[in-house]
This record gives sequence, structure tokens and C-alpha cells, in this order.
Amino acid sequence: MSASSLPPPSAPGERPDSVLSYPKFLWSMWRLAFTGSFAYYAGMTALTAVALVGLNAWAHQLADGMVRTHMTDHVSWGLYIANFTFTVGLAAGAVMMVIPAYLYDDEEMHDVVIVGELLAVAAIVVCVGFIAVDMGRPDRMWHVIPGIGRLNWPVSMLSWDVVVLNGYLLLNLHICGYLVYMKYLRRRPNKRFYLPFVFLSIGWAISIHSVTAFLYAGLGGRPFWNSALLAPRFIVSAFITGPAFVILLLHVIRRFAPAFRVADGPIELLARVLRITILVNLFMFGSEAFTELYSGGAHHVSARYLFLGLHGKHALVPWIWTGVALNLTSAILVHLPQSRTNRTVLMAACVAAFGGVWIEKGMGLIIPGFVPSTLHEVVEYTPSLTEWKISAGIFAAGLMVLVVLLKMALPVFTGRISVARSSMTSLPPAAPSSASLLPPSSRGDVS
Amino acid sequence: MDKAKRRTLKVLGSTLGAAAFAYAIEPLRAWASDMSLGELLQKHYRELTPDEMRAVLARLEADAEAKYGREVTIEDIRPTPGVELGYALNLSVCIGCRKCAEACHVENNHDRTTNNSYIRVLEMEQGSFDLEKGTTTYDHAVPSPGKYYLPVQCQQCDNAPCVKVCPVQATWKESDGIVVVDYNWCIGCRYCEAACPYHARRFNWSKPEIPAEEINPNQSYLSNRVRPQGVVEKCTFCLHRTRKGLLPACLEACPTGARVFGNLLDPNSEIRWVLAHKRVYVLKEELGTRPRFFYYFDN
Ligand code: SF4
Ligand code: SF4
Repeated sequence: MSASSLPPPSAPGERPDSVLSYPKFLWSMWRLAFTGSFAYYAGMTALTAVALVGLNAWAHQLADGMVRTHMTDHVSWGLYIANFTFTVGLAAGAVMMVIPAYLYDDEEMHDVVIVGELLAVAAIVVCVGFIAVDMGRPDRMWHVIPGIGRLNWPVSMLSWDVVVLNGYLLLNLHICGYLVYMKYLRRRPNKRFYLPFVFLSIGWAISIHSVTAFLYAGLGGRPFWNSALLAPRFIVSAFITGPAFVILLLHVIRRFAPAFRVADGPIELLARVLRITILVNLFMFGSEAFTELYSGGAHHVSARYLFLGLHGKHALVPWIWTGVALNLTSAILVHLPQSRTNRTVLMAACVAAFGGVWIEKGMGLIIPGFVPSTLHEVVEYTPSLTEWKISAGIFAAGLMVLVVLLKMALPVFTGRISVARSSMTSLPPAAPSSASLLPPSSRGDVS
Repeated sequence: MDKAKRRTLKVLGSTLGAAAFAYAIEPLRAWASDMSLGELLQKHYRELTPDEMRAVLARLEADAEAKYGREVTIEDIRPTPGVELGYALNLSVCIGCRKCAEACHVENNHDRTTNNSYIRVLEMEQGSFDLEKGTTTYDHAVPSPGKYYLPVQCQQCDNAPCVKVCPVQATWKESDGIVVVDYNWCIGCRYCEAACPYHARRFNWSKPEIPAEEINPNQSYLSNRVRPQGVVEKCTFCLHRTRKGLLPACLEACPTGARVFGNLLDPNSEIRWVLAHKRVYVLKEELGTRPRFFYYFDN
């Protein structure tokens, strides 16, 4: 869209033309992504290596078929869909931070909102990756495109998921892209061009995770998923993983990009969110476990298998109890008074919460839906090496996307890169933007 | 580090990266060599014109010969108006011999290594309909005292959960009541497999392997042609037979005559007689799937 027809921007100084500056902007971003300190190169190389291992495993899986996984007709979804489900939550949760920032006009939060939205973008990329590797025929991906293909909308929940995930990706790309570009132009962003989308994305964040829950909850033949509490539980756990990851991320940014000031206020606000959602999640988890286990009947077998094992088979038992332990640990840590003063305590709580939800919303939710099968056969599943490799590869690629996005956006937000500074060519070659990604003490060993 | 050194390192890095990338995707060559543009761009079954359909069938026949070394005929057989097919099974008579499952395996060109079949036979506790107490892996002389046998295959649900969930309409219900899959349209997401309450769908985890001489050459597009890797398949009541007035392979193989098949719209058919005179059950009635596969007992 052209912003040049807008009412005069209130930014002082020169008014660069937004259309003419755009190629320059893209070029600066490109340069930023490919220039950095030694640590940046080393990190990206390591992530690339993991991503390539995953890519190679996927190539083998495509050639030989899904036999390379340990999924069967009994357990027809496994680690991929488990990770997909979890990451949708992360994507939704990352944007939930927008709520305090815009609804309550919390000024300090405004600065970190961009971090959350960039995280959402990277998380959606991961989600799409997991869907792609779970497909038997990714070469037919175009069948879901409305018009050319035959998207079964609105009947299939999966097609809803396709629609809302892509919509969410576009929304967040627009918001981030617009805000960063305006910062680059040193203009004040025009509210009309992003505020409506911000509010839309808040609602949309709820919808992506509810739709993902309905994907499972809508299957009458799978009693373990067929629960009205599933969508609320999904939302609550999104409110855990999003803030937990963002708290950790803000600490990393503090260390590597000190120029981007991260105030204590937002971190404390996110910790307050965590203190509540972790408890609500435990409560909901407990009520579901109670209903399933206490009432007995046909519905409870999957839960029995999950928590206690069934007919001598208990592959999931260690998983779920580890998940429970992590959730409890995070609940205790986050409520210790030290979590307000000691950063390590808070970060440990975040790691525990993140791991706990990963198990609970991943393997602990998807696999027991299939065990026992609809004809009550107990067939177990443990992911194959191929599945682990591909999953690691997708997460590595997602992390790369996140790092690159941050690396492009943060220097703009701190004012180091802008149209006036005519991108990086005018910066000293030895310490370009990379300087902002390293703490001052370690700047000496850059190149 | 000076500029030139930096550049050299960058060039070296990207060369190594490109080499690693090429190595990583190398297995895709085998994958791509198995595909043709015609296959990649083929339209949905229901959008093919008669001419296009002829071309597709010819391509599929040539493909089958190239891949499996057997000359086959693949037809596109449409439902007959005024016919709605239904199946009934007499649980008092079924002895659990699994001859039906075996016949299905052969008739439908199932993968030999996995010994696949669309039919699973559960050995059940007499006096109980509790699937929890059944087993499909029994391995002894049948019938075993105190047991009865419950063969389960696609129930061709009138309100089919599998059809509802498919994101690309690769599976649908035909006018004669048979739920079919377009194997050339399915994207292999396996959502239908998760949705089916009767464990009736199978996924092709790898390319099916069948020796040329064991292939059943009488095939149709929507049923027993050898399926591609990475798609879902299911029982079609042998539509390549039943739409021509023959009986399903499982029924012909049944030594006890436990199986009854026919046109539900024909008041004089045997199946209508069974539905009118026997106590008839359907599986998991509470789910509202409305099966066209009925179970009954003799008294
Ligand atoms: S039995 Fe399963 S596969 Fe067959 S129509 Fe019903 S839901 Fe679909
Ligand atoms: S596996 Fe194929 S038929 Fe089944 S839901 Fe997915 S696309 Fe549809």
C-alpha cells in the first residue's frame, strides 16, 4: 500500500518517500541478515547444519514413504502433529502479549510487542513445516488452494486450520513489516494502517488455537479428544508457552542486543500472566484427569493408558509424569518470591513450563487419542530416528527465521539503521549492525 | 579480519553450504523420477471430462505395467441409478476363519509384505458387545468355545465422519452409498483415518509390493487398482464387481454364508428380507454415523 497519500506524518526532519525507499529498505534488511559477528555466523551455521540433517531425513522419507516413521494405521499421527499442535499454541501465545499493550495502553509493552509478533511469524513457519512433513503427498499441496484445488471449506476443520494459520501469518507479517518500515523511514506509523490489524490479530490468535483444538475435539470416534474443555485448555496453555518463551527471549536479547532496551516492566507483567495461567492449566488438567479416571467406562481407557499403562504397555507413562512434574515445578518456582528478584529462578520456571506444556499438548495429547484404537487394539508408538531428525530440523529452521527477523528488526527499532543512515554501507565495516547483537564486553573479538 | 579474507570465507562458506544442501536433497531424485507431470497436475475425479478420463485411465494402465510388470485394465465404473448397496452379516454363523479378509487381500491388490486387508475380524466374548474384550490377533482353531466373531470393514456410513473431515474432498459418498477415495487427489494427511470410528481406512506407508503374477488385472479407478504410495484407501464393497451385478469378494469367499449383500431399494432383495425379519444391530450407533453395514443374530 502507498503511505504517501496519508495525512502528513508527524515525524520531524526529512520525509523520505515510502515507495522509493522500499527497495533500499529491503536491501538493508538483506544485508543485515547476512552480515554479523563471528558468533552470529557460528550460530547460524550450526542451525543450518541441523536443518540440513532434517531436510535429508525428509528427502529419504519422501522417497521411501512414511514407513520411515513409526506411525501405523493404528497410531496414524505422531511426533509431527504433536509438535504442530504445540507450536500453534506458541504462535497464539506470542501475540497474547499484544492484549495488555494495546487494550490497556501499556507504553513499555509496546516495544516488546514486536518481539512477540516476530516470534509468532517464526512459529507459524514451524507449524506449516510440520504439516508439510506429515503429508504423504506434499507434491499435491496445491489441492488445498481454493479455486485451483478443492478446499473443503467450511466443513473440514483442517481446511479451517489452513485458512486461519495462513491468515494469521499474513496479519503478523503485515503488522511487523509495516511497523519496522515506518521506523526505518523515521516516520510515526499511521494507526489506521496497523491498529485494526492488531486488534484483529488478538482475536485471530484465539481462533488459531481454538480451531486446532476443534480439529481433535470434533472427532466423535475418539473419546479422549471429544471434550468441550479441549479448546479452553489449549488457550490456557498458549498463555503459558507464549509468555514463557518471550521472557526467555527478552533475556537473550538483553544479553546480545543491549541497544534494544528491555525494561523490567514487561517481563514482570508476563511473569504475572504465567503465575495465573500455570495454575489454571493445572486445575483444568486435573479436572479432565479426574473425569476420565474416576468415572470409568469406555471413555477412560486412553487416560488409563496415558497415566498408568494398559495391558502391560506403558510407553507414554514416563512422558506424562515428566510433564506433570515439570508443570508442578514451574508452578512452584513461579510463585516463589525469588521469582520477582532472581532472574535465574524465573527463567528456570519458564523452561519447566515450556517443557511441561510441550509434553502435555504434544505426545501426551495426540498419541493417547489413538491408543487404544477405535477397535480397542493397543498398538504403541515411539517416534523413529527419522521423525526426531526431521522435527529437530524444522525447529532449527524456525529458530533461524526468528533470529534473522530479530536481527533485521531490532537495529531498526533502536534507530541504528534507517533511511537517513542510508543502510549499512556507511557504517564502519568492522563493526556493522552485529555490534548490537553482542554485549559490549565481547565486541573486541568481532572479526 | 580484513575485507578480502572475509569475502573468501563467505565464498567458501556458501560453496560448502550449497554442496551440503545438494547432498541433503539427493534422495529426492528417486522420488521425482517416480512422478510425471500428468500425474502431478491431474484434476479431481469429478472434474475430469470423458476425454480426460480416457487419457488418465490409459496413463494409469501404462504406469501399472511399467511399475509392476503386469498388463491391467482400469475402468471407470459409475453407480447405477436406483441402486443403494447394503451389506448384512450373520453373527450367529460367522466362525472367524478370516477367509473374507484373505479374499479381500487378493481381490484388492493389497501390499503383500504387510498382508493388508480391509477387513479385521474380532474374536469377542459371548454375551458381550464390549469391543474392549475383543481381540484381532487370535491364533488358534476356530470357532473357539465361548466366543463369537465380529468382522469389521468400512461401514459406508451415511453420515461419514471421514468424508466430513477431508480437507480437499478427496473422499466422498457416491449415489449408491459407497464411500470412495480419489487416490490421485488425496494429499495423505490421514485426518480421515483419525476420524473413522471403525478403523476402516488404511494408509500406504510405502509403495505396495505385489509380484506381477499375483496382481488382479481387473481394476477400476476408484477401487482396487494398485494404490500410489502416500495415500489413503478403504473398502469399496468391491465396486468394480458389485456395480456390474457381481457379489463382493469377501461374500463369495465366506464358507458359512454369513454374508448378505444387495440393493436396499429393491423390496424383493435378500438384504431387505433380513432387515425386515431379523434383530439388526449397527456398530457404535451412538455416534450417529448411520452405517450401511448391518449385523444380526439368528434368533
Ligand atoms: S466406516 Fe470409516 S471409512 Fe467407512 S464410511 Fe464410516 S467413517 Fe468412513
Ligand atoms: S488422507 Fe486423503 S482422503 Fe483422508 S482426509 Fe486426508 S486427503 Fe482426505
